[in-house]
Amino acid sequence: MKINQNLAVSESGFLFNPGTGESFTVNPIGAEIIALFRKGMTQDQVIDSITDQYHVDRNTFEKDLQDFTGILKTYSLLKQDD
Amino acid sequence: MEKKIYERPHIVRFETGMPGKFGMRNDLPPTTHIDGVAVSELVTRFGSPLFVLSENSIRTAYRKLYKAFSTRYPKVQFAWSYKTNYLSAVCNIFHQEGSWAEVVSGFEYDKAISNGVDPRKIIFNGPAKTREELVKATENGSLIHIDHLDELYLLIDVAGSVSQKPRVAIRVNMDTGIYPMWDRFGFNYENGQAWDALNKIMHSGKLDLMGLHTHIGTFIMSANAYAVAASKLADLARSLQQKFNHHLKYLDLGGGFASKNTLKGSYLPGSDTNPSFNEYAEAISSALINSHFTQGELPLLILETGRALIDEAGYILSTVIANKRMSTGRRATIIDAGVSLLFTAFWYQHQITVAQGNSQYREDTSLYGPLCMNIDCIRDSINLPLMNVNDHVVIHNTGAYNLTQWMQFIHLRPNVVLIDEKSNAHIVRNKEDQDSVNGNEMIPEHLAKFE
Ligand SMILES: Cc1ncc(COP(=O)(O)O)c(C=O)c1O
Repeated sequence: MKINQNLAVSESGFLFNPGTGESFTVNPIGAEIIALFRKGMTQDQVIDSITDQYHVDRNTFEKDLQDFTGILKTYSLLKQDD
Repeated sequence: MEKKIYERPHIVRFETGMPGKFGMRNDLPPTTHIDGVAVSELVTRFGSPLFVLSENSIRTAYRKLYKAFSTRYPKVQFAWSYKTNYLSAVCNIFHQEGSWAEVVSGFEYDKAISNGVDPRKIIFNGPAKTREELVKATENGSLIHIDHLDELYLLIDVAGSVSQKPRVAIRVNMDTGIYPMWDRFGFNYENGQAWDALNKIMHSGKLDLMGLHTHIGTFIMSANAYAVAASKLADLARSLQQKFNHHLKYLDLGGGFASKNTLKGSYLPGSDTNPSFNEYAEAISSALINSHFTQGELPLLILETGRALIDEAGYILSTVIANKRMSTGRRATIIDAGVSLLFTAFWYQHQITVAQGNSQYREDTSLYGPLCMNIDCIRDSINLPLMNVNDHVVIHNTGAYNLTQWMQFIHLRPNVVLIDEKSNAHIVRNKEDQDSVNGNEMIPEHLAKFE
């Protein structure tokens, strides 16, 4: 999983992709996940980190994360590893 | 360490340009309570999905509409349109408020009688009354609204066999400037059918002609259409006065006022665009007061308002079963209430709110019911806060027609609960069980067994 490293993410959840000129809003947990990917974490590490901090079981979060990364891919913010 | 509250990760792209037809933001706050009772408590006690009716809203709407008319016109009478919602508890709220009953079948007629309505205060409409029903209604002194010539002749015949004189009106259809014009029921005004039928009644001498009826359509967005209708009925009344010196007791303008729902395809919410009770009342009252009737002659004005009196009193509480992504990336949410409970989803963009929390994030979602059928779509597109499985949603303005046109299909039908004015919840119709469906079935002997 490779996050587009050029993204600008503001604290208020405003996300700008300079490559395409598109902008997005992302909720705090979404911003946190993007930040974790940017640090180079794998999907499993992201799941560990979030389920440690938040009231959510692993299955539910895994499903939501898969959905979220799917959307990041359709917006070209995330690339599948080659 | 205490863990943080979880919300699904969510991202949306800013779209530039005009908001789309479905792009209206839904910033409605969550509906955590209905008439002081917590939604979560209702679902825990009575199950999900759940129909909820507010007695307070019904009475408030009735009093508001009654006042709109009674402050403008001297003699007003409402008759509750049973087909709109014939749960007996609901009917009796209207009867307690002073409504008569308006029925369109033998089943509804008997229901009104068993609810305790004085038969002389039952208006019997509809195109399909049997001879037996006409005999019963005549003997009871109910008001029979004749729909077509075959019924007129049948009733003249019935009149010969019973001691009472049938008390009748005819239903008139007419051009009021709205489209579509409902000309399927009753006798037409413009082509003279209605006047012909009135002449037949007067010449027969067998029927007691009490009034005239029209029901110009439903969800009528133009108050002026009612002014046209009232004037046309007043014209017929004048002709009867002139030719037969016959004075009618009442004019019945039927139902059809729009509720606060939003019709599919409308850009603006119905609560902003639909005429108010005062506008309808003004149109009808001034048309009658400005007609030929002298002050003392003004006939009783009867109204058979249905949906506008009950839509807002009804809610469906439902639970999120799953969140999905469609192949296009669209979000879809499946809830446990489908179109089998919400017939009006085919006409309305029902207002829907969440029942808990309130994420500041919204996503555009298709909302589907639990039926394994493609048609089971509650909203094609709605902006809702992020929801998790087992969260509750509240579907608003569901009080009219759903509890009569709903069907048992795939799932059993749920409890219906009425919240009274003291915030007590009462079951007014029990949820169905296996026996509600299978109890009426019979299996021929040769089909009773298989290997
Ligand atoms: C004869 C008659 N009266 C009254 C009504 C109630 O109409 P609404 O719910 O539009 O007020 C109907 C509904 O179709 C009707 O057919």
